[in-house]
Amino acid sequence: MATLDERARVHRLLQRTGFGSTGPTGSADDAAGEGWDRALDRVLDTDDDPGAPPPPDLGPLPERGKAGDEAADGARQAYRRAVREQREELTVWWLDRMAATERPWIEKRTLLWHDHWATSVQKVKSGRAMLAQNQTLRSLGAGEFRTLARAMVQDPALMLWLDASGNTAEAPNENLARELMELFVLGVGHYEEDDVRQAAAALTGWSVDRRGDGEWKARFRPQRHADGAQTVLGTRTDFTATSLVDHLVAQPACPRHVASRLWARLVSAENGPSDASLDRIAAAGDLTAVVRAILTDPAFADPANVLVKQPVEYVVGTLRALGIRPARLEGKARGQLLRTLGGLGQTPFAPPSVGGWPHGAAWLTTAAARVRIGFAQQAVRQGNLDAVRSAPAKERPGELARLLGVPAWSERTGAVLADAAGEPERVAAIAVTAPEYLVQP
Amino acid sequence: MDTWTRRKFLTTSGVTAGAALAAGATAYTVDRLLASGAAEPRARDAKILVLVTLYGGNDGLNTVVPASDPAYHDLRPDLAYGEDEVLPLGEGLGLNPGMKGFKGLWDEGQLAVVRGVSYPRPDHSHFRSMSIWQTASPSGPVPTGWLGRWLDTAEDHDPLRAVSVGATLPPLLAGERTAGAAVQLGGARLTAPWQRVCGELARAQDGVHPLQARAAASLGDLRTVVDRFGNEEREEATGAPQDPDEPRDGAEGEDDGGGSAGSQGQLAAQLAVVSEAIRAGVPTRAYSVSLGGFDTHAAEKTTQTRLLGQLDEAVTGFLRQVRGENVVVAVYSEFGRRARANANQGTDHGTSGPVLVLGEPVRGGFHGDQPGLDHLRDDDLATTTDFRDVYATLLERVLDADPGRILDGHDRTLAFL
Repeated sequence: MATLDERARVHRLLQRTGFGSTGPTGSADDAAGEGWDRALDRVLDTDDDPGAPPPPDLGPLPERGKAGDEAADGARQAYRRAVREQREELTVWWLDRMAATERPWIEKRTLLWHDHWATSVQKVKSGRAMLAQNQTLRSLGAGEFRTLARAMVQDPALMLWLDASGNTAEAPNENLARELMELFVLGVGHYEEDDVRQAAAALTGWSVDRRGDGEWKARFRPQRHADGAQTVLGTRTDFTATSLVDHLVAQPACPRHVASRLWARLVSAENGPSDASLDRIAAAGDLTAVVRAILTDPAFADPANVLVKQPVEYVVGTLRALGIRPARLEGKARGQLLRTLGGLGQTPFAPPSVGGWPHGAAWLTTAAARVRIGFAQQAVRQGNLDAVRSAPAKERPGELARLLGVPAWSERTGAVLADAAGEPERVAAIAVTAPEYLVQP
Repeated sequence: MDTWTRRKFLTTSGVTAGAALAAGATAYTVDRLLASGAAEPRARDAKILVLVTLYGGNDGLNTVVPASDPAYHDLRPDLAYGEDEVLPLGEGLGLNPGMKGFKGLWDEGQLAVVRGVSYPRPDHSHFRSMSIWQTASPSGPVPTGWLGRWLDTAEDHDPLRAVSVGATLPPLLAGERTAGAAVQLGGARLTAPWQRVCGELARAQDGVHPLQARAAASLGDLRTVVDRFGNEEREEATGAPQDPDEPRDGAEGEDDGGGSAGSQGQLAAQLAVVSEAIRAGVPTRAYSVSLGGFDTHAAEKTTQTRLLGQLDEAVTGFLRQVRGENVVVAVYSEFGRRARANANQGTDHGTSGPVLVLGEPVRGGFHGDQPGLDHLRDDDLATTTDFRDVYATLLERVLDADPGRILDGHDRTLAFL
């Protein structure tokens, strides 16, 4: 197996644990000189980034107004407007934080967990509940998976998303129990249908308290809980929500499932880990140790394990390289930015389904290519191109490679860029649409 | 523009279409494509397949409703439709009250209801079940979709033979050597200089990773698609691209029931693109469109009625527009839902459901047996029709293909075409 040299490995590390450039203060290329061990420690250092834009203060949504009641039409409109405004404020805030942070791994990691516990504001409606979930994912995303899983099973946004409120003893709703096993903790093939039904019974009685103007809270109503013991994966006991999570997380399948999902985003969506690697990674310990084990696996340094940038990585990476801050864009430009992400198929807080976002070649469609071309043209108009403008025309392609964190343009792309190098905006826009930028080496 | 463009089930647990697409990356270039015979318009007598995927698991029992069966009312008292509400089809069955257009087509003999369709040992996972449906591989997902394998059998590897309306490609259209094209609603105009850049950036380059080659090819495909599908703004025809977070269809607030397994989309707008392409004589033989939001664990009646209404209106209007063009529409979902209702007026994941096939070439009526409510297993319906029978019929009689080559030897067909 071929192996990247240290510089290329550090470059890959910074790309994949961040958004393609190290941020406003320097390009990935500058940082690649620091050496592997130091770079890895620095990335995984879990300190907070106190300078990152703080979350917005989102209030409760107004009363919804009853469907079909004409007198409530005004209330319904106000409700929809509030939902839309909260959603936009929340999304722009997170994008802005991703674009501004000095510790991109914290945001990237939070995005990976958002993909894992995929919950959409489309159904949840409350921006405040989505933000609370985002904070949980951010603060618990580097510790024990069990702690994260315990918090998520009682996360009001996730519970609402998966209809937990309707899960009662008399007619259990299996949605949360099923996805807990299939997607969040164990993976397909590690449980039977009966386990799902029994786990749903164990979770009966839990609902979301949405009364008043306070934050939503998980609430247990014993009269709705199915009494007695349940049998889940061979263990019979009277499970609580927490003991059920603990039981699932203790299965050998759990660390392997979690490691495989992280692997697909950090190493390769096509080439899974070897059994030996998976054993080692699954046994590594807490989530930071798991990520460290993934990043130090020999496969991480295999040049064949390239990744297609997810749309959020692609867009945020470009914003960082060009010094664009979403929060500082005026209304129309913000709308364009959100439409770009929508058109590319990845809007934060709105994953398409509980399974999260697609991988790899699924992003490489003609339709997405068209959206990227539109985005590139906007971004070079909004962004800071001083470095490109001030360089002599023949050095502009190289300057753009440095800014965007592309190790080298292919001969083909180099020729196209050289052709356009006389016009700074045009050459920059072409660079942003180039295959070498979209697919991470 | 986001909700309908989401290709929902290409995920960790699903099809590895990525690998298939990557493998096909260098199989065609724009020049080869343009040089191929595909630039010729479609032959007049060639039939067209429009596959409508309902994401989330549509409740078959409330679509083709056994309203006269007392067991149906016992199983879901709050969810059941009365005999006087449904649109009668005979044999004790009736269509959901929201499907008046489909009833009209039934009366004209242009709606086939294939009953009890699923695969052996149905899986209750959205992702796994949708993967199985899209790959037509009942034993578990394989890396290629059934229409992707059909694309592979054509010698020219033309991606435009199968087109998906949306931003990302459903696994359905991923072959080993060829992937269908994704065409998006609306979007910016591509100026001549950018078209040229796309062509140049798409030039094959030795020694690059297949995914990077695929990224380059997507730019070349874009140029091709713009060439063939025209390069004008579509906003006026299909509604302006919206803020991705803008509520659609006034549905905001009403769609709480079915959200977590794919959300609703603008099916009518997607079909408007298809209709335009068909009438323009584009050589595409298979189109994929979708409608999401059918995961009705809660408040099912409101959500499903609204969605089936959208489906009915969109498909009926579309078929009116393409009259005389030999179009066959097939509507399916990854599973039906549990026969017994749950506590919040919804249903959990189930097994078999009806596949609806519509259009002038179709032989209307019932095909396959209705699964009985008297022998449920764990409250789930039996499977009476193998889903590959439906695919084999569509492959043989719409796409003029040999089903056995595409369905691993399966060539049993049904009489609906």
